[in-house]
Amino acid sequence: MSDQNKVKPTAPAVQTTGHAWDGDLQEYNNPLPRWWLWSFYGTVVFAVLYWFMFPAWPVGDGWTRGVTTASVIEQGQTVDRPWNTRYQLIAEMQTGDAALRQRAYAEQISSASFQEILDNPEMMAFARSVGRGLFGDNCAACHGSGGQGVVGLFPNLADDAWLWGGTPERIHETLIQGRNGYMPAFGGVLNPSQLTDVSEYVLSLSGLTQPGEAVEPGREIFQGPIGGCYTCHTPEGTGLQSLGSANLTDAIWTLVDLPAEASTEAKRDALSAFIAKGVQGNRVMPGWSDRLSPTDLKLLAVYTHQLGGGQ
Amino acid sequence: MRHEQIETNSGLLIALTLVVISIGGLVEIVPLFYIEETIEEVEGVRPYTPLELLGKDIYQREGCYLCHSQMIRPFRDEWLRYGHYSLAAESRYDHPFQWGSKRTGPDLARLGGKYSDAWHVQHLTAPRSVVPESIMPNYPWLLENDLDYSDVADRMRALRKVGVPYSATDEGYRANVERHGPELADQLDIAQAEDSLLAQAKSANFDGLAGRITEMEALVAYLQVLGTMVDFSQYDEGYFAEFR
Ligand code: HEC
Ligand code: HEC
Ligand code: HEC
Repeated sequence: MSDQNKVKPTAPAVQTTGHAWDGDLQEYNNPLPRWWLWSFYGTVVFAVLYWFMFPAWPVGDGWTRGVTTASVIEQGQTVDRPWNTRYQLIAEMQTGDAALRQRAYAEQISSASFQEILDNPEMMAFARSVGRGLFGDNCAACHGSGGQGVVGLFPNLADDAWLWGGTPERIHETLIQGRNGYMPAFGGVLNPSQLTDVSEYVLSLSGLTQPGEAVEPGREIFQGPIGGCYTCHTPEGTGLQSLGSANLTDAIWTLVDLPAEASTEAKRDALSAFIAKGVQGNRVMPGWSDRLSPTDLKLLAVYTHQLGGGQ
Repeated sequence: MRHEQIETNSGLLIALTLVVISIGGLVEIVPLFYIEETIEEVEGVRPYTPLELLGKDIYQREGCYLCHSQMIRPFRDEWLRYGHYSLAAESRYDHPFQWGSKRTGPDLARLGGKYSDAWHVQHLTAPRSVVPESIMPNYPWLLENDLDYSDVADRMRALRKVGVPYSATDEGYRANVERHGPELADQLDIAQAEDSLLAQAKSANFDGLAGRITEMEALVAYLQVLGTMVDFSQYDEGYFAEFR
């Protein structure tokens, strides 16, 4: 028998809601615990106070603004504005603790020369910690989180080979105006055997093959009017930082992944394929002066410089 | 007894429950439609061009919003990372808006102009080829699929019904000329939709493929316009705070 379902006659007199379902199913009506009840009243009081302190009720085509204010500086004057998240943000950016501390450093940085920053351990520590964040947010997507780049797409910033120059001043210029290297496509200018010849010569520039008879035809193309490579890469092949034309005499390759190719033939073929295509407009380093503040750009120049290969 | 009538009649109980819980929502939402300051007065915000619009539709189709928000909140850390906080005005022509709150990847509200088109193409095709740590999925088909733009005018007509000022009449066209200049007004004109889509794709070539218009073309066009319409250097810091 279902004794449990029945209100035990001996139970202490607890109030029920007075409803009965299924004949005898009843519901207790226990009082709420006192702590619960007072917490509830507390939230009601809180809500009413909140209405007076903060923006709350719509009235007509506006709303109640509340009595809380945010102190912001407008045209050199400190004024109290009705609190909202936007004024609070302005106040925080102007006079917040973190903002003030950061500004003290930022002012020091913006009035210092690059040499002064590099020589000052405290400013360098600041540049490294802020630069790391800025680099991660803005540059790492292309250049990699450590500046290692992606061969063929984005140059390595942590090595000591620079297309456009590795002094802080040159890096700063790169950041402000952006860069966009250009090399013509030689596929229509040189025939396949000429492409192979010039590639053979390029390999010899960095000692990947021995200079000698075999590279003579390639030298003529590179140094003569047919290829004209020397006009951008210089007769020595060391490149011009004003054009961002790569140095072909070092072991560092930014566009053609030569170290990945095992044999000399494969390296030569990879070079030919690249020289046939060249670089037209799609290797873009964006300019950052619209997105980042002058101080941020300076910090980033210093940060990039110290990644490894600064000159 | 009243109480008992409600509790024993489930239809009535449901109806009354709905009434009670909708009061909170109504009090919060309805005033936004008639409070003038809800949408900030700001220059530059315009509807998407036909190509960008199809890009937005692909963004929605692929579910990019499941990992990316487009809403920079007015906090200092967000300001430092992403730039100026988002304005309501900036998403006034987004139906549906893409604010979101799930940030598996970064916020995209100020993405336009940050990266090159070539980077976007590479990243969307194979994110890990440029960001080795990335957990974003590959979207290789964007470059394989040709863009279907046959219904772009219909899509614009639908948006026009909910208040996006694409022009279908001379009057609407002239209003757009006045607001945005003749060049943009042409792009916002429904009758010229396909032509202006083809022209934009041809001149900007977002996907880097000559002679083809892929889904990538539209998506990158959309990504490159995000957050670029308002020139914040024109306004004081306090200007937008007055609207809240
Ligand atoms: C959209 C991808 C992209 C982003 C984002 C990017 N870069 Fe670049 N960066 C490039 C490309 C591509 C080049 C090579 C340009 C060329 O030589 O044609 C380059 C070149 C450079 C160079 C010159 C390297 C050299 O060898 O002279 C520096 C320095 C540099 N970037 C720093 C940065 C910094 C700092 C940031 C962040 C603010 C950044 N880049 C963001 C793509 C990018
Ligand atoms: C108009 C100037 C110009 C001419 C002419 C030119 N180059 Fe280049 N070359 C460049 C630039 C600029 C780069 C780097 C592009 C970049 O980083 O965006 C480059 C890069 C290269 C690279 C890739 C280097 C690397 O580190 O991966 C090779 C190889 C090369 N050039 C070979 C040649 C050869 C061979 C010729 C002649 C047939 C030639 N170039 C003619 C400007 C030129
Ligand atoms: C599973 C979650 C996920 C999905 C879905 C996703 N993403 Fe991402 N996205 C990420 C993550 C994580 C990152 C950061 C790492 C990176 O850059 O790849 C990112 C980064 C990005 C960035 C670079 C943002 C910046 O400022 O550096 C862009 C642009 C982007 N995603 C676009 C898209 C688009 C467009 C789609 C839809 C086609 C998409 N994402 C879908 C997770 C996702």
